[in-house]
Amino acid sequence: MTLLDFARGPGLQWALWIFVFGVTWRIVGAMFLMAKKDLSKARRKKYVADGVRTIITRSVPARSFEKRIRFQHISGYAWHFALFISVLFFAPHILFFESLLGFGWSHLPNTIILFTAAAATAILIALLLRRATHPVQKFISNADDYISIFVVLIPLVTGILAFAHVGARYETLLAIHLLSVEAMLVWFPFGKLMHTAMTMPSRYQAGTSFGHRGIKA
Amino acid sequence: MMRKDQTLGEYLREQGVSRRGFLKYCSATASLMALPPSAVAQVAEALASAKRPSVIWLSFQECTGCTESLTRSHAPTVESLIFDAISLDYHHTLQAAAGYGAEAAREAAMEENEGEYILVVDGSIPVKNKAFSTIAGISNYDMLVDAASKAYAVVAVGTCAAFGGLPMANPNPTGAVSVSEIVKDKPIINVSGCPPIPVVITGVLAHFLTFGTIPELDALGRPAAFFGQNIHDRCYRRPFYERGQFAETFDDEGARKGWCLYKLGCKGPTTYNACATLKWNQGTSFPIQSGHGCIGCSEPSFWDKGGFYEPISAGMWGSREALLGAAAAGAVLGVGSAIAARSRKKKAIAEEEV
Repeated sequence: MTLLDFARGPGLQWALWIFVFGVTWRIVGAMFLMAKKDLSKARRKKYVADGVRTIITRSVPARSFEKRIRFQHISGYAWHFALFISVLFFAPHILFFESLLGFGWSHLPNTIILFTAAAATAILIALLLRRATHPVQKFISNADDYISIFVVLIPLVTGILAFAHVGARYETLLAIHLLSVEAMLVWFPFGKLMHTAMTMPSRYQAGTSFGHRGIKA
Repeated sequence: MMRKDQTLGEYLREQGVSRRGFLKYCSATASLMALPPSAVAQVAEALASAKRPSVIWLSFQECTGCTESLTRSHAPTVESLIFDAISLDYHHTLQAAAGYGAEAAREAAMEENEGEYILVVDGSIPVKNKAFSTIAGISNYDMLVDAASKAYAVVAVGTCAAFGGLPMANPNPTGAVSVSEIVKDKPIINVSGCPPIPVVITGVLAHFLTFGTIPELDALGRPAAFFGQNIHDRCYRRPFYERGQFAETFDDEGARKGWCLYKLGCKGPTTYNACATLKWNQGTSFPIQSGHGCIGCSEPSFWDKGGFYEPISAGMWGSREALLGAAAAGAVLGVGSAIAARSRKKKAIAEEEV
């Protein structure tokens, strides 16, 4: 069995099993941990509107902090946007998802993907350096932050190398790229990457709770 | 037929091959072997003075496609004369002799040229039960061990001989193995492909005739001059890959326009062979040029690497049941850990109240 065979087969299967197992564990666990039903009389009963509003209000910076976090804010959005474009609209990636989901979608030209992947890589490196040097960020960061960044950064770098056929034979680069994605899948449920699944539902839940108590936030 | 004491140059002149034609072939051979132009004279001199070496060709678990490809593609070019110029002392398909007479000829050739002959093998060797494939009552395994022990070098022609090929495909009912799994003490050149490109086989033999050594090999024991680059890097459709222009089906507009076949399962990016440069049928075309993706036939276990029409980037995800099982196990653990956490919380509150 070659490295690529392992990465495409058993490695991918194990990574996916761990990913599905871990994500389900975290989500189901969080759902069952939710606070008991609030028995107080509801001040408002517009739960959906409150939930959605909080998702929106928490997705833009508070005015009082805007100047201070502008770099973080803009680069964060730019990074996520570039990552989603690179992951979801590169033709080989779509074929990868299609093999699991059974359906595909249109891809973007490789030139655009290369640009977004390079942008995502550059922004993430900049954010990593900032985290490692900024006194406050450095203080509040732990190993989870750095591991989560690395397991996302490495697939970006190896993906670009595989696309450009630079550094090794294509099948080796592709295998390393797949293995790095698998490492990310394995780490995903156990670290801060879980925010991907948790952020919006928890904002929504907070919004409905606020609404029930008549808090506008 | 060339006499054994005759040099190749003498034989070619007898056959009416001009000096110009011969040098043209030498240039092509030098080019094929990735030699500099300055080596053409050396190739010409070596080939012209070469006496025909003995070649014993053994066919085991194979389909004869390798021989078919070789013989049909080259006659009557000058390459075929190179084949006349070796002493092909034993070849099941091509020899006139049969039965014990044929085996006696093989044994005689092995005795007469001990340590000097080239052993060409096509087909894999069954080891689960030696009796699965025999010739004149001799198992493939025993015949290979015996013939290889007295050979100068072994050329494993075709993916079956080089890597096990189709007979070794899962579940490998005969326990098929490649030549290199059995022969450990002789130089082995793997000329893989299903079938291999004829010019590559003649190129390897020409290298023997020219230098008396085996050519530079890659990590899989294949001549680096022919297997050094992947199909994708030399494919004329590569620009379409770069632009993200892919044929979605074999009869859509992209296919008609000759766009990249990556989405249709082309294995060109992971397949190392000279198809895109040497091409087939006297340089006419190769599978991708004919509109079909590369199936990766010169790579080990190509038969077991997912479907031929599955893209390289498609994952082999395993069963959906296993994924559902992982999700169910996660859900059970999630509920369990939530119950345990609530229980701990309740206990802590109770203790606090006390």
